[in-house]
Amino acid sequence: MSLDKATVAKIAHLARIKVPDDELDHLAGELSQILTFVEQLGEVDTQDVPPMTSVAAQTLRRRKDEVTDGGYRDAVLSNGPETAEGFYVVPKVVE
Amino acid sequence: MSYIQGETGDWEIVIGLEVHAQVISNAKLFSGAATAFGAEPNSQVSFVDAAFPGMLPVINERCIEQAVRTGLGLKAQINLHSVFDRKNYFYADLPQGYQISQYLQPIVGKGEIVLDLPDGSSRTVGVTRLHLEQDAGKSLHDQHPAKTYIDLNRSGVALMEIVSEPDMRTAEEAGAYVRKLRSILRYLGTCDGNMEEGSMRCDVNVSVRKPGAPFGTRCEIKNVNSIRFVMQAIEYEARRQIEIIEDGGKIDQETRLWDTTKFVTRSMRSKEEAHDYRYFPDPDLLPLELDAEWVEEIKRTLPELPDDKKARFIGEYRLSPYDADVLVSEKARADFFEAVAKGRDPKLAANWVTGELFGYLNKAGKEIEESPVSAENLGGLIDLIADNTISGRIAKEVFEAMFETGEKPADIVEKKGLRQVTDTGAIEASIDAVLAANADKVAEFRSGKDKLFGFFVGQVMKATQGKANPALVNEILMTKLKG
Amino acid sequence: MTGLTHLTMAAALDGLAKKEFTAVELTEAHVKAVETIRPLNAFITETPEQALTMAKASDARRAKGEAGPMEGLPIAVKDLFCTKGVPTTAASHILDGFKPEYESTVTSNLWRDGAVMLGKVNLDEFAMGSANITSHHGNVISPWSPGEVGNWSRQLVPGGSSGGSAAAVAARAALGATGTDTGGSIRQPAAFTGIVGIKPTYGRCSRWGVVAFASSLDQAGPMTRTVEDAAIMLRSMCGFDPKDSTSVDMAVPDFRTALTGDIRGLKVGIPKEYRVEGMPAEIAAIWDQGIAWLKEAGAEPVEISLPHTKYALATYYIVAPAEASSNLARYDGLRYGLRVEGASLKDMYENTRGAGFGKEVRRRILIGTYVLSAGYYDAYYNKARQVRTRIKWDFDEAFKQCDVILTPTAPSTAFAIGEKMDDPIQMYLNDVFTVPASLAGLPGMSVPAGVGSDGLPLGLQLLGRPFDEETVLRVGQVIEKAAAVTATPPFMA
Repeated sequence: MSLDKATVAKIAHLARIKVPDDELDHLAGELSQILTFVEQLGEVDTQDVPPMTSVAAQTLRRRKDEVTDGGYRDAVLSNGPETAEGFYVVPKVVE
Repeated sequence: MSYIQGETGDWEIVIGLEVHAQVISNAKLFSGAATAFGAEPNSQVSFVDAAFPGMLPVINERCIEQAVRTGLGLKAQINLHSVFDRKNYFYADLPQGYQISQYLQPIVGKGEIVLDLPDGSSRTVGVTRLHLEQDAGKSLHDQHPAKTYIDLNRSGVALMEIVSEPDMRTAEEAGAYVRKLRSILRYLGTCDGNMEEGSMRCDVNVSVRKPGAPFGTRCEIKNVNSIRFVMQAIEYEARRQIEIIEDGGKIDQETRLWDTTKFVTRSMRSKEEAHDYRYFPDPDLLPLELDAEWVEEIKRTLPELPDDKKARFIGEYRLSPYDADVLVSEKARADFFEAVAKGRDPKLAANWVTGELFGYLNKAGKEIEESPVSAENLGGLIDLIADNTISGRIAKEVFEAMFETGEKPADIVEKKGLRQVTDTGAIEASIDAVLAANADKVAEFRSGKDKLFGFFVGQVMKATQGKANPALVNEILMTKLKG
Repeated sequence: MTGLTHLTMAAALDGLAKKEFTAVELTEAHVKAVETIRPLNAFITETPEQALTMAKASDARRAKGEAGPMEGLPIAVKDLFCTKGVPTTAASHILDGFKPEYESTVTSNLWRDGAVMLGKVNLDEFAMGSANITSHHGNVISPWSPGEVGNWSRQLVPGGSSGGSAAAVAARAALGATGTDTGGSIRQPAAFTGIVGIKPTYGRCSRWGVVAFASSLDQAGPMTRTVEDAAIMLRSMCGFDPKDSTSVDMAVPDFRTALTGDIRGLKVGIPKEYRVEGMPAEIAAIWDQGIAWLKEAGAEPVEISLPHTKYALATYYIVAPAEASSNLARYDGLRYGLRVEGASLKDMYENTRGAGFGKEVRRRILIGTYVLSAGYYDAYYNKARQVRTRIKWDFDEAFKQCDVILTPTAPSTAFAIGEKMDDPIQMYLNDVFTVPASLAGLPGMSVPAGVGSDGLPLGLQLLGRPFDEETVLRVGQVIEKAAAVTATPPFMA
């Protein structure tokens, strides 16, 4: 699979990573090379093979419905680049 | 029929609803932070909810149980194997950059909800699925002119997304659906259904078509937070779509908002971009396996739900379907009624509950839980009527006082001296006085003017301030008039 | 006491117990060693004060007779483990200034058992790399690099992603270090630097508090200079953690007691598919030598087949980036770390993530985003998950015929910075022998087995059944003793 510039720009946008225009071509080449490499999987017969979610041979463990966490707003906010009045702050979002 | 008249003829609305119902639980779906409403911003946030590096989700068993209970209440298929997926997108109040949800394999499959329509008919709406997912945080846009403030208290709270089939055709049906679903959730104790606090929110899918035509292109109206708005938004949106089509335009599939000040729907700018959620199974979690025996156990502990209760009220108490509907719509109402009806005439109990009590509550803007008149006292009032202590008419006066003061009916009757006069001597005396004062009318009656009987009864009741036992008045009056 | 930094953990524990030296003395020697090896750029954050405070507390505990299994042992922590109050960077610009308010489960376990933290060591950014050349905090230089310190004739890579851990342990600046392994990030750098590294079974070590790369693959493990030390440190790191849904509720054995040296009758699987085309002769030779050593010790080599081996790398390079693309979505400039402002929220995201992630991380996020996107999910991601199942099945079959598997750890000795860098695929091939066991969640260990023609270390890899780290360690120690490697890095503290 060969990715073109436009596709790379689209993926970069989906991933919210700014990629300078002049890097798109090079990146498209690299990503295409990786995709070509992984496409050898097409050779493997996977008919009726269940896709693996986890290698851990167990089922989902559950916790009790008890409040055991939270209640430490300062700790939660202490690393925030911008906070005010107990909130995280970001540029205005228009809905 | 339920069509909308357009310039080119009839149009039919097709409606499907996605209801997000907040699960009643102490802690969040994947973290141990509290879920209470109205806490200080970011005070109920764990490092998991704020998606700090290295934090991992562990599921709350109560939330699973609540989802299963709800599924059973919707007579739905419970999937013993289900999977949690990540729904990837960026948003300020979505700290992980993905929402943990269930995509291909939800915990609950197909079910149904029976709607009771105002005309007494009922209609079954299919439930496509129910799945568990995390709620997002809250963005506040009005705190600062150039900034949005983020509160993550709600981030990670468990939601049940309940998706209906596109089975509804009118705004009323959609309203009835939400009401019924809310009622079922409250009966089950799985969601408090409080739409003002956001614990129940609706995404409404609306499209229009000519009757019999295939489905049209739908628009999704996001996050509508009251039943009234759901109905208004549908009406508005249907007309908007019809106008566009009749003007030769075409509907763009899009996400819209209900503007609660202008009463219009409008396109959501933040959702304009095409999404690609890149769902995949969450590798931090394993598939959820339920034990069939455990599901059966939950089934055994389900409360009687509105449909069954209604059937029982009709069968056991001989109530009309209308009265039964009104009474079972909320569990608290049904419980109140049953407490009043116990050992009494159920028809009379129903009349008092749905008539006087609901009337007064409605006027006072109170819920049944806040009723100043307890079920015990209303029952006591009915007992006073039954044993002839007071008449039905006086009872209404007593009820008014009960609603105002919350006092016991017997106390009010005593205090106000409303006890019914059953002393035949006293009644005879009153009757004699009335007959004496109206000799001409007595003569007319005796010459065949039967209708005057009512006049005499009225005069006697007036003379006794309504306290005379009406049956005795009738009996003695008749004897004397005929004599 | 300069000799202190050359001790093994086992010897240091003995010396502490016999009061030959104190934890403070041992720590002071290491704090100095950490300074000495600064030219290697192994540490991102040195924590000497904290180390001495912990050492004092350790001596106090020992005096009260409350010594833990790792009491007083100074170690380095890969900067992927969150440590309370100490900057945690994942070697990424995007975590600038981040100081966790919490401590990872694995490091908590180590401190509980008495270990002392010397500091946080360098790695490939978000553990993505095989050479420790993608760190925002600069390349780590292998202590095996020839020439004058700081003016090396060849700057060798320590391997990756746990390159700082490997360099610090090999250069005698720490008795051991934590590593994490997603596709070989413990085993390959261990092999490149002539030390021991074991990745336990998926689920043995809690992932709570470890910055995630690929959740279904990430496992922490120890990097030490001997197999016995690995057994000591692994025991402290492991353990059930209710905060990690994939953590396994299973008792942790005292791995040291498994080191009996007795492997008679044990069946050692030799997978024929690992004899890849173009395998360097010295790699093939050390592998054959390993087989011979085990045979001499009474084990029985059996040829086994792992037919889907050749697809493991491709599978890995879909699964890991896919999970990473989602795991790294949380670095958005909103709650911690770097923020690069923008006019809108979207601009802020794109600026922050554009500036915050290095090229390799960006490459993997983009590949991962692509393989999960609409229309490609089935062809790439789901297909990879199915092949992963087949790879697991291969191992299940193989372990019906053998008790442990022996392979080379890496296809070459350490290369120099600047080599293999233009072509991401060439770089990815480093993981060819380590990735299959990661995909299957199996325990794997690299043990020093000799040196190549260039005088650089060569490692052999042992793979075990799920949760059978004991056999892996026992066989590993037999190789270690038989190999009796005496070569040491030219630069040591």
